[in-house]
Amino acid sequence: MNADDAALLEGLLEGEHRALARVISKIENRSPGYRELVSALYAHTGDADVVGITGSPGAGKSTLVDKLAETYRERGETVGVIAIDPSSPFSGGAVLGDRIRMASSVGDMDVFVRSMSARGTLGGLSTATADAVKAMDAFGKDKIIIETVGAGQNEIDIVRTADTVAVLVPPGSGDDIQTLKAGILEIADVFVVNKADRPGADRTVQELQEMIHLGSGGGLGAGGTGHHGADAMGDADDWGDTADEEQRWTTPIVETIATNGDGVETFIEELANHQTYLIDSGTHAQKVRQRYAEEIRTLLREDVHDILEDELAAAGGIDDLAEAVRNGETDPYTIADELLTPVEDCIDELEAGVENT
Amino acid sequence: MSSEQEQESIRCLVAKVGLDGHDRGAHVIARAFRDAGFEVIYSGLHKAPDEIVQAAVQEDVDVLGISILSGAHDTLVPKIMDGLEEYGAKEDTLVLAGGVIPDEDRDELKEQGVAAVFGPGTSIEETIEFVRENAPER
Repeated sequence: MNADDAALLEGLLEGEHRALARVISKIENRSPGYRELVSALYAHTGDADVVGITGSPGAGKSTLVDKLAETYRERGETVGVIAIDPSSPFSGGAVLGDRIRMASSVGDMDVFVRSMSARGTLGGLSTATADAVKAMDAFGKDKIIIETVGAGQNEIDIVRTADTVAVLVPPGSGDDIQTLKAGILEIADVFVVNKADRPGADRTVQELQEMIHLGSGGGLGAGGTGHHGADAMGDADDWGDTADEEQRWTTPIVETIATNGDGVETFIEELANHQTYLIDSGTHAQKVRQRYAEEIRTLLREDVHDILEDELAAAGGIDDLAEAVRNGETDPYTIADELLTPVEDCIDELEAGVENT
Repeated sequence: MSSEQEQESIRCLVAKVGLDGHDRGAHVIARAFRDAGFEVIYSGLHKAPDEIVQAAVQEDVDVLGISILSGAHDTLVPKIMDGLEEYGAKEDTLVLAGGVIPDEDRDELKEQGVAAVFGPGTSIEETIEFVRENAPER
């Protein structure tokens, strides 16, 4: 790490807001040296509770996050907020407007709000977000709230970054078939029916209740443990303690009116209950392991990706190859084979070399 | 999008400060900056100087554009500049002012550290070009 970055890290650990802001920028920009910086942050992380707030556009996420931050502050806890907004697929630009609705935290530097653009990532959550969470954690924030981009039915990346995920469901958001679908509703640790004063709120609560009962009765995803992709990770046995039946988490439904703060206390209680459950059931350790496993995989993919980009450049660039496919001279599968075979051979040789020594 | 794409993006805070309640111009600028590929944070109306400072510091913006139509720039802008200095952010933030600002006040603002003043009739292209050329290298 160079001297500037070392000074930045020191500043961050000492609680300088500008240093934290700078570190997050370096992370977002993938500035030279950012990896060493993030890697040094890990030693100081692990104390913050990370809450993800997701839901459709206009569900009231920002307003609820604002009230959440305000309530945590009243309890003497410091808060970091990461608010993600979409970026333009054309210009790459973005208008990050969530900050406007976070008025309660104004003038209070102990609520650190950082707007991030999705910068083109599918699911709206990039590695940069996870790294920014590390920065806020190392800075000493007690609670970190991630407000996801107001995306649609498949925005499920957040489960890889947050300990607890709250899904906002506005009243009247579709019929009961919506609750049968896979996707965003499955990832909820807590359901929030926000705008509970609107017509149709009762019905939405009822439909969610039916969904949760279906899930717990039939042993399906919702409400169970390990529905965050433990099976997809492969050898699930290695993940340690599996929660007992009676320790299963039943997703609670909270009704809130974020604009006037109704229900926020109850919401916070449910978030705290979930944190307690995570630790008591051993699920927390499992989640943290999963998260690190995913981070390792992502980093490896990025590195391999860079190597492949170099290979592509050496092969004359992707444009020529794509043009060759367009002209019917070859096809993508053949090209991939041709480009990767030398890499595979190389690794095989290296392994053979190790075995022989 | 490839991970090889240029990751760095110019970050701007478009700020409305004080009592002036007209933000059509700020919306137009925010949209134009977005289309120019910048990341724009919009402050919303009726912000106090220290709220603007808080946002500028936390968001680590390269550019702070202050829009004022109320004539209160003489009192509000210095407060913002002092706040930025307090957090060590004054040096490398490009501060612009826009709106209704009389010619005779411009030198004063520039002494305060405002890099440029864009009055009524300034073309958006000119503003974007200025930001591209003068956004601080960090």
